Amino acid sequence: MKRRKFITWLSVGWLAFAGATGGFFTMIIRFLFPNVLFEPPQSFKVGFPSDFQLNQVDERFKQSQAVWLVRTAEGMYALSTVCTHLGCTPNWLITDNKFKCPCHGSGFRKSGINFEGPAPRPLERYRIVLAEDGQVLVDKSVKFQYEKGQWDSPEAFLTT
Amino acid sequence: MLDGIKAFLDILSKPQISFTLIIFIFPFVIPPTMWFEKWHRKLGLHLLWTRKGGLYMFAFITIILLLGFFDENFGKILGKPDNVPIIILIYSVFFFLWLSMSSAYKNDERMARGEKVEEDYGPDEKVLVWPDLVYIEMIALILMTVFLLVWSIGLPAPLEEAANPSLSPNPAKAPWYFLGLQEMLVYFDPWLAGVIFPTLIIVGLMALPYVDDNPKASGYYSFANRRASIFIFLFGFLTLWVFLIVVGTFFRGPNWNFFGPFEEWSVAKVVPLTNVNLSEYVWVKMLRIGLPSHPLVREVVGIVIVVLYFGLPPVILARGKLRGLVERLGATRYALVIFLALSMMALPIKMYLRWTINLKYIIAIPESFFNI
Ligand code: FES
Repeated sequence: MKRRKFITWLSVGWLAFAGATGGFFTMIIRFLFPNVLFEPPQSFKVGFPSDFQLNQVDERFKQSQAVWLVRTAEGMYALSTVCTHLGCTPNWLITDNKFKCPCHGSGFRKSGINFEGPAPRPLERYRIVLAEDGQVLVDKSVKFQYEKGQWDSPEAFLTT
Repeated sequence: MLDGIKAFLDILSKPQISFTLIIFIFPFVIPPTMWFEKWHRKLGLHLLWTRKGGLYMFAFITIILLLGFFDENFGKILGKPDNVPIIILIYSVFFFLWLSMSSAYKNDERMARGEKVEEDYGPDEKVLVWPDLVYIEMIALILMTVFLLVWSIGLPAPLEEAANPSLSPNPAKAPWYFLGLQEMLVYFDPWLAGVIFPTLIIVGLMALPYVDDNPKASGYYSFANRRASIFIFLFGFLTLWVFLIVVGTFFRGPNWNFFGPFEEWSVAKVVPLTNVNLSEYVWVKMLRIGLPSHPLVREVVGIVIVVLYFGLPPVILARGKLRGLVERLGATRYALVIFLALSMMALPIKMYLRWTINLKYIIAIPESFFNI
């Protein structure tokens, strides 16, 4: 076999090898992303403002949507139940009037502000508005972070 | 009487107290300098590494654990299949510490008398890998397999119900070997305690052979020839890793509060803690002008402190106490060693700052996920 022919075949071989490996890894990476995602819709209605007790943390949507709803005299807000430290789910301790994370002990006030433990920033709030039928609509696709000054935006707090 | 002892142990095991005690006692047990060595001998602590001392320590640990097993509250923690490894850990860490220290002390005495060390068989005498070593290894392997089989059959792995992201168990504990890391996470930002520190630990351990220039005590046990290195290593391993695992297992209860081992794990225990960032201390409490809006201005004190912490000691020590080390290691290796040592000490420092002045972060820039 001539030298030139050999080199041609060699490069063809390597190219084929690179192609096969590349295709293989592309498929593996593709495999990491599921075809269908069964997630509850990101925005949902939670009922009328009057369904919520004043100054209480409402835990009805913690299980299904990972949201706490709090109604104060001025209005309502929706808090994410994801600890801003490493993402555990804190518990609402009604007697101590705080959210307390069981993983490293971060504590948050009812407003979501972090005040103890390692959590570096407050809990996130979600977009909360009134739907046409007068129900409260929570939209988890939009979130508001306190440390970025986003809690002042009108949709982070539903004035009732 | 028993209740009194338990109450006393409960108080003693408060990390603020137990950790401080350990830090103070440690250099007397593993003396890093001749001054400590003098006291080590005077206090009779070198007897710990004799056969009798070992037996006494063994008995001491066993008595405390027995006391725990028959206690209603501690017994629950000790009896968990999850925590069996911790008990094995306590015994085995202690045993291997004792074994190596007593061998080292024996060798040191031999060398002081001008004799050869125990491991020195002379040039003619050899220990062969095959069959001597391989046989021992094979027997150890078989015994270990038997032990693991019996253990896994006897104490089934504690399986719980399917994971539910909206419900974290309270307390939520990592596997036992990660509890030291989880303890660090209480004091540091996740990216530091979860990523940077573990990386530094691994890189630091890998760097050991390259920064160790001591030709003595290689291939045989010896303490006198490398007391400072052994002290630093054991301090990191025993107090900052093993002890934190023990704290995480035995002293952390619901809501990740501290509990004495004999105390009941009650969810209702309230420990009022309000952690404050350094910037708040400076701008709000001391200067009373409120937080500046730009994060870099706000955190300037913390940034200066951190830079000084990593910058000043190496320079000062290089001029003073550690001049010899710089000459032996060269600038780069010296810088690496001291950086690793300072990072290691950052953990206890941060723990004390949290316990004493409730400090949350020295630098806190949550805007860009940067907190120290
Ligand atoms: S995840 Fe909540 S405190 Fe660490």
